[in-house]
Amino acid sequence: MGAQVITITSGKGGVGKTTAVANLAVALAADGQKVVCVDGDIGLRNLDVVMGLENRIVYDVVDVIEGRCRLRQAMIRDKRLPELYLIPAAQTRDKSAVSPSDMVRLCDELRGEVDWVIIDSPAGIERGFKNAIAPADRVIVLTNPEVSAVRDADRVIGILEAEEKGSPGLIINRLNPAMVRRHDMLSAEDVLDLLAVRLLGVVPEDENVIVATNRGVPVALDGKSRAGQAFRNIARRLKGEDVPFLDLDDQGTLWQKLSRLTGRKSS
Amino acid sequence: MRFFERRPSSAKSAKDRLQLVLIHDRTDLTPAVLDALKDDLLTAISRHVEIDPSSVRIEVAHEGRSQRLVADIPLRSVTRRRTG
Repeated sequence: MGAQVITITSGKGGVGKTTAVANLAVALAADGQKVVCVDGDIGLRNLDVVMGLENRIVYDVVDVIEGRCRLRQAMIRDKRLPELYLIPAAQTRDKSAVSPSDMVRLCDELRGEVDWVIIDSPAGIERGFKNAIAPADRVIVLTNPEVSAVRDADRVIGILEAEEKGSPGLIINRLNPAMVRRHDMLSAEDVLDLLAVRLLGVVPEDENVIVATNRGVPVALDGKSRAGQAFRNIARRLKGEDVPFLDLDDQGTLWQKLSRLTGRKSS
Repeated sequence: MRFFERRPSSAKSAKDRLQLVLIHDRTDLTPAVLDALKDDLLTAISRHVEIDPSSVRIEVAHEGRSQRLVADIPLRSVTRRRTG
């Protein structure tokens, strides 16, 4: 009963976990769901700036765990979506301030309050990662089509299986369709073939993500952005809807578009 | 004719290299361990039957996320050895 707890993790840092958490949360909340996201990266707080909520923080997750405030007081309401909340990470503490059982207790309390709890895991496979996956009903592994990110994703998937968290869903982030066409980037099929887990979605590389993050407005709110569309589709898949995968190839050059129109196979 | 030689695409290199590295990450089997295992296996089998060590192939195959050690060890024909 209650909320589904989802943790997004990757092993490697810098692949876009925080951006993915913010966007999936925004997409679910825009769809009428009640969502709280929890920044699990104690000491390296970032989900607040990505969501544009950095000026509203009073209490953080460690304050809740150590009993300095009530859960509700640490839940910051989003500026745009009334059913979206953020529980920020503590900035002046480290990962040892939180234990896996603290996170399980916190999420059990949240389950009664919302429909979705989305946890942003820190990079790595140590304490912060263990804290982030402890309460998860489902884990999502995020990776980039790039050797070190895929290798780390494989390690994390192995650990999740060993910890009996089940097989995670996979999001491939920052795929550049033009580079894939030139055979200069691993394709989504290559990555799936290597990691052998279920695909939740592919997010194309998109400059709008940086522009949106600059403004603190997640790109999923931008109706014209391809990455935003991809995140909205993933959110719908999380809800159990059957959404076809984006055709990332339709942004080819004029010549490639013409070739397709005339039925000629390019590449 | 060097100009016409095609290097494999960088995506192909990435996939091939990852395929090998993931097998080692998942199983703790480094190429050195695999070689040692192969030597031991050959010694043990040679005590009972005659084999051609150069045609033996031992590799890790994978199916989904599980791997399996596959050994292909052709036996030397006894009749051929007698006539020859």
